[in-house]
Amino acid sequence: MMPAKDALRALAQHRTNEIVLPTMTANQLWSELSSHELDLPTMGAMSKASSLALGLALARPERRVWIIDGDGSLLMNLGSLVTIANMAPANLVHFVFNNGVYELSGRQPLPGARHIDFCGLAKSAGYRNAYHFDDLEDLHIRAAEVVACQGPALVCLHVQPGEGPRGEVVVRTAQALRRVKAVLEKSG
Amino acid sequence: MPQAAGAERRGMERPDGATTLVKALESWGATHIVWLPCTETQHLSQALSRSSLVSVPVCREGETIPIAAGLYAGGKKPVVAIQNTGFFESGDSIRGLAIPFQVPIPMVIGYRGYKKDGPMSDTAAIYLEPILKTWGIKYHLVDPPDEAAIKEALQEAWDTSRLVAILLPEAEAVSR
Repeated sequence: MMPAKDALRALAQHRTNEIVLPTMTANQLWSELSSHELDLPTMGAMSKASSLALGLALARPERRVWIIDGDGSLLMNLGSLVTIANMAPANLVHFVFNNGVYELSGRQPLPGARHIDFCGLAKSAGYRNAYHFDDLEDLHIRAAEVVACQGPALVCLHVQPGEGPRGEVVVRTAQALRRVKAVLEKSG
Repeated sequence: MPQAAGAERRGMERPDGATTLVKALESWGATHIVWLPCTETQHLSQALSRSSLVSVPVCREGETIPIAAGLYAGGKKPVVAIQNTGFFESGDSIRGLAIPFQVPIPMVIGYRGYKKDGPMSDTAAIYLEPILKTWGIKYHLVDPPDEAAIKEALQEAWDTSRLVAILLPEAEAVSR
């Protein structure tokens, strides 16, 4: 298992001009590492960040899109794996924080947490690539390859529970959505 | 769902509902239709296959709103098409995303169980308009399908930067 923030730090080192959508636990951790104009922290409709990312990836095929999902979120929107695979956006990388718990609501265990194979689910849904990391050094070594791979790709990050924010989290998704739209319009 | 008595006969007497809808979407400038087929829109696939619209089929209706929001943020003009049962399923996406984010999303809703004359018995129909009203979602019942009326509703979503629902009754939407 990896510390969640260290896993994000390994990815952030390879971020250039990608649109990045962190959600749930990843929201606050990513905001501590990045203040990029194409960051789109996503809260609001539970579990739907990956669907929002799909829309952006389809609209902007020339630009890479990262979604940093949670395992609990993905389980709530599992059909999205099939929807994404069916549309086959080559520019979408779907990271999943796999810590086995609902971190933000009190670390209750996920149903089936000991048995779920997110890479297997993604591959059988039709994702082109799937990776699993539970070792930080391994992630550092292969991060460049992973962020450049052909999508849709799922990257399961086996991270430690307990790094989620304490107290209320304020996420201004509506403002971020408008900012990202404006930046993309300006970039043509 | 069971088809309403006489729906097929009434539908054949009507203009081609699916084609009218697709024509309206195209002439308005829609780029994508994010949707899940249902009885009311069963002929939409055929009509879409002859159109320039990009079809984004989903596994569950709650996915449609966030996908459309992402397309919009990326500079596209998406439309959502689902059945009223799927509208209920999409509740959290509408509550947590479409309404507070003020995203201009036209939502075509197949009005399962609609009866123009007489009481409706299908709860999918009975609850639809009261819930739309409760959530403050502007809606238009387009009966029979009319290209100009549909386009006007599409544009209203864009002009007001809001979710606007276009209700297509079963007998009209199943027509070809």
